[in-house]
Amino acid sequence: MAKKEYAFYPGCSSQKGASASNYLTSVNAMCDKLDVTITEIPDWNCCGASIGYAEGGELPRLALSARNFALAEQHLPGKEMVATCAACWLAQREVKDRIDHNEVLLKETNEALAAAGLQYQGTTPVRHMVEVLIEDLGYDALKQPVVKPLEGIKFAGYVGCQTNRPFGIDGESFENPVYLDKLVETVGGEAVPYDQKVTCCGGALAFSEPEKSQKQIRDIVESAYDHGAEMIVTPCPLCQANVEIYQSEINKKHGTKLNMPVLYYSQLMTVAYGGTAKEAGLDGHLIRATRLEDITKK
Amino acid sequence: MSEQATARYTNDFLREVEKNVEEGHWVKMCMQCGVCAGSCPLGSAWAHPPQEIFMMIRAGKREEVLTSDSMWMCTSCYNCMVRCPRQLPITHIMHGLANYAHRLGLSPKGQPTQATATLFWNNLIKKGRVNELTFSLALYFKDGFVQGIKNALNMQAVGFGLMKAKRLNPMEILGGHAVKDQAGLKAMIAKAREIEDRKKGFAK
Repeated sequence: MAKKEYAFYPGCSSQKGASASNYLTSVNAMCDKLDVTITEIPDWNCCGASIGYAEGGELPRLALSARNFALAEQHLPGKEMVATCAACWLAQREVKDRIDHNEVLLKETNEALAAAGLQYQGTTPVRHMVEVLIEDLGYDALKQPVVKPLEGIKFAGYVGCQTNRPFGIDGESFENPVYLDKLVETVGGEAVPYDQKVTCCGGALAFSEPEKSQKQIRDIVESAYDHGAEMIVTPCPLCQANVEIYQSEINKKHGTKLNMPVLYYSQLMTVAYGGTAKEAGLDGHLIRATRLEDITKK
Repeated sequence: MSEQATARYTNDFLREVEKNVEEGHWVKMCMQCGVCAGSCPLGSAWAHPPQEIFMMIRAGKREEVLTSDSMWMCTSCYNCMVRCPRQLPITHIMHGLANYAHRLGLSPKGQPTQATATLFWNNLIKKGRVNELTFSLALYFKDGFVQGIKNALNMQAVGFGLMKAKRLNPMEILGGHAVKDQAGLKAMIAKAREIEDRKKGFAK
């Protein structure tokens, strides 16, 4: 397989001791097995995420993402940027779209960057990790390293919002994207159809409007149960955290018995590629995916 | 038609939004179909769904729009935006309006998403990266000490679960992750803010 190299933007939640640290663990293991090299962009910063706008406004937010591009261009020239976090990827893409097509904002952004001794050239495209997998490697290449197919496990592929809208993956439909289901099938699992595939988990409003957000989460998990899924799988760190963490809160308030593991696609792939439970970050869950842990011991 | 009848549709508020609100120049393109309202996961929580906000802007209802908590219901799911038949960047316009209202001091007092967003932004620009521990603590205590203790106790099991899973690090209280070029980052944000404030009339 041809070796692929990217400038890697891990994002805040993937850092050691942060809420998606096990996502990064599994991404590293997955990339090793696929011979994909990801080199961390030196000194990257937060993208502002989905609620940065309210206090940060427009230009400070543009500057944050532009700084990441500028650092990638300076230190890792010629390499495409890859992000694993849905919000990081979305913010970088939005900012690139905005400043590449607006000379005034481009000039102002560069004026701000100059205060940090940096300049945005606009030479680096940004990709999400699932785009790298699907578009650059392809399903056949992703299937090759499978040594422990996830046979008999039913997954609800929870695509959510920000890898899906507004840009989407591989030109797929916003209403029923199928790439995540295909990824599940590529590693030998079964993807169940269910009706909450692209429902919003509440995003950052999980913190500020817990009741409203937990209603969304309950709908998502209950629909996964109703359609026979044993686990949920997602490409987004905030979806993962919200949908896993608040199940116990919903149970406390509503007497439900939600207890469904929520995994990252990269964890499924690491397990299927023969990785250990630790390499797949399976020790990083509040609701353990015991059937996946069992496969790693086979 | 009399001048009086049309006067309220040629008002200054639409121009103000076009000039000062992120992506505000799109507002006039709305054709009032309401697909955005029907597509919003929190639709029922909006006193005025996006298409109403757009019409209110065009009708010059400055105070009603800027003091509304509607825009603060946006979860950034982008459903409205991809379904809009006129391709208005509705999500961005709602963000822009919320930010503009907040900067003018007109957003509803104690609006929880506004308060959360401010804590989040201040947290991330302090070190250039989000410190999830100090952000969570700040959130718990945003409504005072007693409520903070209650919130922390309420989320205790989740907190310990995350620590055990190594997804929440108590040592982050000592500072946590940070970018190396703190001075550069701060200078950049200050410069960006200065330019934006000058352009949008927030400059003191």
